[in-house]
Amino acid sequence: MKLGSILKTGVVAAGLLAGAAGSALAQGAPIKVGVLHSLSGTMAISETTLKDVMLMLIEEQNKKGGVLGRKLEAVVVDPASNWPLFAEKARELLQKEKVAAVFGCWTSVSRKSVLPVFEELNGILFYPVQYEGEESSRNVFYTGAAPNQQAIPAVDYLMNNEKVQRWVLAGTDYVYPRTTNKILEAYLKQKGVKQEDIMINYTPFGHSDWQSIVAEIKKFGSAGKKTAVVSTINGDANVPFYKELGNAGIKAKDIPVVAFSVGEEELAGIDTKPLLGHLAAWNYFQSVKNPSNEAFIKAWQTFTKNPKRVTNDPMEAHVIGFNMWIEAVKKAGTTDPDAVIDAMIGITVPNLSGGYSAMMPNHHITKPVLIGEIQGNGQFDTVWQTPGLVVAEEWSPYLPDSKDLIADWRKPMNCGNFNVVSGKCGGKGK
Amino acid sequence: MFFLRLLTGVSSALAVVLITATAWAADLQTLVTNLTTGGFGDREKAISELVASGEARAAPILEALAAGQLYVRKADNVVVIGKADGNKLALSEAVSGKPAGSGTEAELDRVRVNNRLRGVIEAAVGSLTLMSPDARVRRDAADSLFKRPDPTALGALDAAIAAEKDARIKTAFQEARAAVVLTSDASKQDKLAALEVVRDKGNRDALSVLQAAINSQSDPEVKAAATAAAASVRQTLAGWEAAQNVWYGISLGSVLLLAAIGLAITFGTMGVINMAHGEMVMLGAYTTFVVQDIIRTSFPHLFDASLLIALPLAFLVAGVVGIAIERGIIRFLYGRPLDTLLATWGLSLVLQQAVRSIFGPSNREVGAPAFMSGAFQLGQLTITYGRLWIVVFSLLVFATLILVLRKTPLGLYMRAVTQNRPMASAMGIRTPRVDALTFGLGSGIAGLAGVALSQIDNVSPNLGQGYIIDSFMVVVFGGVGNLFGTLVGATALGIVNKFLEPYAGAVLGKILVLVFIILFIQRRPRGLFALKGRSVE
Repeated sequence: MKLGSILKTGVVAAGLLAGAAGSALAQGAPIKVGVLHSLSGTMAISETTLKDVMLMLIEEQNKKGGVLGRKLEAVVVDPASNWPLFAEKARELLQKEKVAAVFGCWTSVSRKSVLPVFEELNGILFYPVQYEGEESSRNVFYTGAAPNQQAIPAVDYLMNNEKVQRWVLAGTDYVYPRTTNKILEAYLKQKGVKQEDIMINYTPFGHSDWQSIVAEIKKFGSAGKKTAVVSTINGDANVPFYKELGNAGIKAKDIPVVAFSVGEEELAGIDTKPLLGHLAAWNYFQSVKNPSNEAFIKAWQTFTKNPKRVTNDPMEAHVIGFNMWIEAVKKAGTTDPDAVIDAMIGITVPNLSGGYSAMMPNHHITKPVLIGEIQGNGQFDTVWQTPGLVVAEEWSPYLPDSKDLIADWRKPMNCGNFNVVSGKCGGKGK
Repeated sequence: MFFLRLLTGVSSALAVVLITATAWAADLQTLVTNLTTGGFGDREKAISELVASGEARAAPILEALAAGQLYVRKADNVVVIGKADGNKLALSEAVSGKPAGSGTEAELDRVRVNNRLRGVIEAAVGSLTLMSPDARVRRDAADSLFKRPDPTALGALDAAIAAEKDARIKTAFQEARAAVVLTSDASKQDKLAALEVVRDKGNRDALSVLQAAINSQSDPEVKAAATAAAASVRQTLAGWEAAQNVWYGISLGSVLLLAAIGLAITFGTMGVINMAHGEMVMLGAYTTFVVQDIIRTSFPHLFDASLLIALPLAFLVAGVVGIAIERGIIRFLYGRPLDTLLATWGLSLVLQQAVRSIFGPSNREVGAPAFMSGAFQLGQLTITYGRLWIVVFSLLVFATLILVLRKTPLGLYMRAVTQNRPMASAMGIRTPRVDALTFGLGSGIAGLAGVALSQIDNVSPNLGQGYIIDSFMVVVFGGVGNLFGTLVGATALGIVNKFLEPYAGAVLGKILVLVFIILFIQRRPRGLFALKGRSVE
């Protein structure tokens, strides 16, 4: 048994070496692209869609003749919402399948789980979801929003346009809401909001009984000051939360809720009429009107054979990430990770909200920030938009631990956590 | 509305009215066009202009605007109001109210509003509809004025109070007037009197108005009176809060009861550790979705009855699947609890993935029928109809189950088989058949629970997972094999949870409950109501 497996590994390794050598010679061999999204388990609800988007993008690119004269081939694996399995599957993609780039992950914990694998094997990961920041890796390109590209503009909007003075920060109990709320709390205090006007509340994953918390919010909101809820409640728990809000008669004009994890896809499971006017902050909405978005929606609905299929922000992030990767491969003339990573910085491609997004030296992209209000038909109406593009602050200036850190992956700095005070690379985090 | 009645009623003055009507319409035309141009700031100005014009059409136009039903038709730039009518929108001209055919969203540009404008419109429409013939509309108008006191509405409110005949609405008007007085520059005496009126209202909105008064009033006497009034309101509310926690606890308890009661049969009386129990709940919820989907497309008028139709079907679907599981897997594993646990857990994953493949991974929308949406006030307690019906439903299911177990032959066989299998078999009871039916009954009841849970939770393949741990907790806590124990256990856990939550937070609250149960089981391993006698052995 043991000998057998050793032999087998040896044979596979030899085969792989031969394969690698072969593919370098044969121009026609397809370029493999890894898709690392959960197709089963709790996260399948969000991630399956992203897998489909990747398949569609690769199909479209192949219709245009692929890249560097070679076709693209998707390698789809299912990490089954299981964080350690993410790392295993990432290893499989990089070592066994020899993929040129991987598009994947949703939760921060899955990203943290695959990070060492990508750094060890020098792979490329495109991460499409808004997240808490405080990270910059040479091997990861973050195409979702950092907190200053989503949370902070949303709070600014409520403060300036709706004159909100009291804040409920409600979230699911895990790393993204905790970090985001820490940043927001520091930001609000800096803006002169008192401690007594901030209420922070955490709930477990999949929390379904929101009666007490909604009553608590109502109570907090009856202090004679305009109150708003900033929600980092995770996907699944949102439906019962919004149902309870609707039933309890909390209208958006009394206590608006602005959410960072609720998009078109999540709203598909709720009757949105009682939610009219509650808000979400994203970098893209399906309702954004411009030709490239309309073309994308049409292509997506044709691809999924469902004329009602919605699009959302992480999908747009994958579109941007994929197009950037194609451009970088063209620029580098090879799919070699080091060459592509160097070529990525500065690549600019059109986004779907009517402008252009650029890859910055911190491996994050520039984005417009849109604030939308939920409509009766499950879509968002953009009610406010940043005048220009926002550059990501991967290290939040509002947290004492990270305010001195910057990331710049260009030579000569080539560092993800450069401390500008001490002038040394290597601070907190990685 | 008023204008139309005038037209038909006063025929002698028809000519005069028509002439004024054209003059008005021309004005109204520009006012309405102004609504549709510029940014949100311009729109706010246009709204106040429209309100100031005193046009009879202002209220319906503004209501349509707030509801997102005001459109500009792309073809001819006419401002229209669109109401949903099947897949299309039935249009009427905004200015005249005349029907203007139908159209689709694509042919129209919706006039956008944001929360701020909706608030402005609500306050404006509030003062416009104070004299409406519909009592409900007047009440809403008073409510919205109370929440958003607008000093300019004082005159309209006084007129409305004088004209109002319904005592309750009159009180509402007076309360709204008091709130308005507090924001105006009225005299000290008026403000003190107003504070008393607001204090007597005594709910959260009143507290909000009082707090705002504390923050904004400059006169020390008024400020002190406002502080005292707020303290008194807070005191009354504190009493209601305890009542509210009890109600929330009962409501959570009813959900736990529904989820656990099927398990109380399969696990409690049969001793099968069924990890796929949650998936039976999920199947029930998906049955509801399918029923509603068919009703939506084919029989829309039946929508309010959709849950009633779904109930027997969910019971059948989950019950049949349950019987299949028992016959196909579990019967080979009786007496091997660990194997049963693993097999049913694997099965739960298979069922989840099967549903995911058939219906897709995203949430499915299950609507609430009219009788289950909204809430009513009991004193200062807000009770939502959905939760109330779930409490009633869970008690009904419980009572029915007790009846089935006590009064029907099947119940007799079931009790006989679980208490003494060889003897029951010797008496001629076909024990394998009773096993299958018992398991089917437990699963079917889980399916019923799914119909109810579809109203408050996600209908997604993961629905069942969230309930399986809680269900086992309730059954073990209540006492294995005792249905009343399940009832008491579910209610007790619900109430304890809801009293802990405000102090400890939801996460810690859950942990504390779990620790409590573990300690409790240490002291009473057989749960709250232990079965006594020979059957235990």
